[in-house]
Amino acid sequence: MALTGLEIYKLLPKKNCGECGPPTCLAFAMSLAAGKASLEVCPYVSDEAKEALGAASAPPIKLIKIGVGDKAVELGDETVIFRHDKTFFHPTGIAFEVKDSLSEAELTQKLEEINALEFDRVGLHYEVDMVAVKQTGDAAQFKAAVQKIAAATNLSLVLITEDPASADQGLEACKGRNPLLYAATENNYKEMTELAQKYSVPLGVKAEDIFNLSNLVEKITALGYKELVLDSGSRTTSKVLADLTEMRRAAIKKKYRPFGYPTIAFTTAEEPMEEMMQSQVYVSKYASMVVLKTTDKHFVLPLLAWRQNLYTDPQKPIQVETKIYEVGNVTADSPVYLTTNFSLTYYSVEGEVEGSKVPSYIIPVDTDGTSVLTAWAAGKYSAEKIAEVMNSIGIEEKVNHREVILPGYVAVLSGKLEEKSGWKVVVGPREAAGIPAFAKSRYGA
Amino acid sequence: MAFEVIKERYMSKVNEVLLGATAENGGSRSHVLKVGGQTTLPYLHFEGEVPNKPIIAMEITDVEPTWPAPLKEMFKDVYNDPIAWAKKCVDEYKADLIYVVLNGADPDGANKSPEECTATVKSILKAVGVPLIVKGCGDEEKDNEVLGKVAEECAGENLMLGVAEQENYKSIAAACMVHKHSLIALSPLDINICKQLNILVNEMGLPLDRIMIDPMIGGLGYGIEYAYSIMERIRMGALQGDKMLSMPMICTVGYEAWRAKEAYSDGEEFQGWGEQSFRGPLWEAMTAATLIQAGADILLMRHPQAVKLVQKNITELMKSNKY
Ligand code: SF4
Repeated sequence: MALTGLEIYKLLPKKNCGECGPPTCLAFAMSLAAGKASLEVCPYVSDEAKEALGAASAPPIKLIKIGVGDKAVELGDETVIFRHDKTFFHPTGIAFEVKDSLSEAELTQKLEEINALEFDRVGLHYEVDMVAVKQTGDAAQFKAAVQKIAAATNLSLVLITEDPASADQGLEACKGRNPLLYAATENNYKEMTELAQKYSVPLGVKAEDIFNLSNLVEKITALGYKELVLDSGSRTTSKVLADLTEMRRAAIKKKYRPFGYPTIAFTTAEEPMEEMMQSQVYVSKYASMVVLKTTDKHFVLPLLAWRQNLYTDPQKPIQVETKIYEVGNVTADSPVYLTTNFSLTYYSVEGEVEGSKVPSYIIPVDTDGTSVLTAWAAGKYSAEKIAEVMNSIGIEEKVNHREVILPGYVAVLSGKLEEKSGWKVVVGPREAAGIPAFAKSRYGA
Repeated sequence: MAFEVIKERYMSKVNEVLLGATAENGGSRSHVLKVGGQTTLPYLHFEGEVPNKPIIAMEITDVEPTWPAPLKEMFKDVYNDPIAWAKKCVDEYKADLIYVVLNGADPDGANKSPEECTATVKSILKAVGVPLIVKGCGDEEKDNEVLGKVAEECAGENLMLGVAEQENYKSIAAACMVHKHSLIALSPLDINICKQLNILVNEMGLPLDRIMIDPMIGGLGYGIEYAYSIMERIRMGALQGDKMLSMPMICTVGYEAWRAKEAYSDGEEFQGWGEQSFRGPLWEAMTAATLIQAGADILLMRHPQAVKLVQKNITELMKSNKY
């Protein structure tokens, strides 16, 4: 809960010296409450006041980093329950479980598979985030596996063990990689917390249920450690959904401190497609990271697509660069399509043009990432603007005809566009889906 | 301090809509299906009621469709026979109901007459006992004729007919009202148009519990997040007592999912995305599963494997999570 001006005032030195800018402590407190000032400018503020005010202004869910360098993953620091209220900020981290019992060859192959999980689609690049090493035997086996895996991947690491002695060896084996240590439980939390402190790594906290989790987190934070990732211990889809929802609500609506940390979820489904369906629920409903077993590309891609979609900022549509795009083996006779730079619009057009099997050029006009109709209604897709792009982008050097295809929804622009651009305007279909039929009848594919 | 479960209490709930009618109520269905009725957000059983699970309607067409190869492979034996196709979906794949798209009516295609289309619907009604959803070909004028005829000839069956749009709702809404069917009201990803259309249809006399909202989705990877957020807002509206947003929601999952390159593309250049035979059905299943997280009540689907995955997912989600 954010503090009011008066509550803040009570914590200030009440010297009214004016060194902070405003003439009185009260005025300064009001500025602080409004988020217009920062506490540091008061030289006399006490340490207790600093801590109280700092806690009150802390984000509802702490940002936790796993890993180092480029591949470090940031989890948490979310501020809303529904993406339409603002946006979701830190995409669910995707980790893959690898058992420490794998043979050398199996391990190498598994790591190769995981490292290769990168995808390019609709102009976006998708990557996965973490490898989770799971202990199944003794400390020596665990340590050896961590060592090999750390050497074989740049991805961030998760160490899955509840045995402090093994954890110590595992942490030693990947020192400097800032792995997530998973997990502290009711039985081992003192030792695990010490280890997390010693190696300065984030600590997973796992309990029997959400109530015990809350208690356990309080015990750990009482030890002075606050780099946590939470697991309620539930494993059935429906229960995990409920727990994740509760933790998110408690953190955001009530600023409930024990749940003010990122969350982790584990799949249980054995069949790979079912596993993806299960993890989709957790990605949709608030898991900060999920741990999967399946590493096949065709199973992972749909999940990554959903993660990217969900974490797109609703206020900032994804846009493509305004340039001449070539689809297929274009020649100087190939048709030229116009569209907008809204990524979805552009890629639907591109997909259908490709499907039409008629090699073509596509020119997306910058409409601030809006679709054809929206852009037109907002005056961002006018004949003047389109003509300006056509005349400056160099399309006349690419083709020896002077004919351009205008989206059917803005057929009204065709006269003016002909006049402004000097090109003959052909009215194309309204929806991208109509392009194959249009191309077939016009260019005889 | 012990954690206390936070339970939201909403003032209202989603309308319950019935699909189909048995002999007692003037139809011929072996059973009736119910959707809606939720008093909370999707699957939060611990704080409210989720009395009806989402249902899956498998899509068939009255003329051979131009669907991508993986779908054709599944249905090649029945592609030209909507009756056998419907039976296969119900008997083999346990479809809750059948979604008949009368593409054959298209004036630029087979241009079947309203009588021919009606005959097809009637033979499907004879062949299967599940309720039906019937949609036109997309040509407004022709659809008004065709759906009017279907509504009249199948009076009392409580078909779910679609679609009514802001610019064309009168004829189909009247047909639903007079002949006792339900209606799909389609709005283009716009909550205000959605509301407006429901008001218009309701003003014509069609009760609110005979209307479904089609929010017009995008497929996975192609704008599904817009639908996801609009649907979350619609559902929140329903729970907060907005009567004109209280209808259950229906989504054209199969149609959108299989338009995606990631679903249908096969061959060398797409190896970076893995095997199409897995990727395709999962693309459709994932599209459906994300939308039920936003409140979808009826999923219109195509691939049997995707249907099965979603059925399983729904079973998991319907399990109690009470504290
Ligand atoms: S500097 Fe500190 S003590 Fe001085 S007026 Fe500002 S708040 Fe008060």
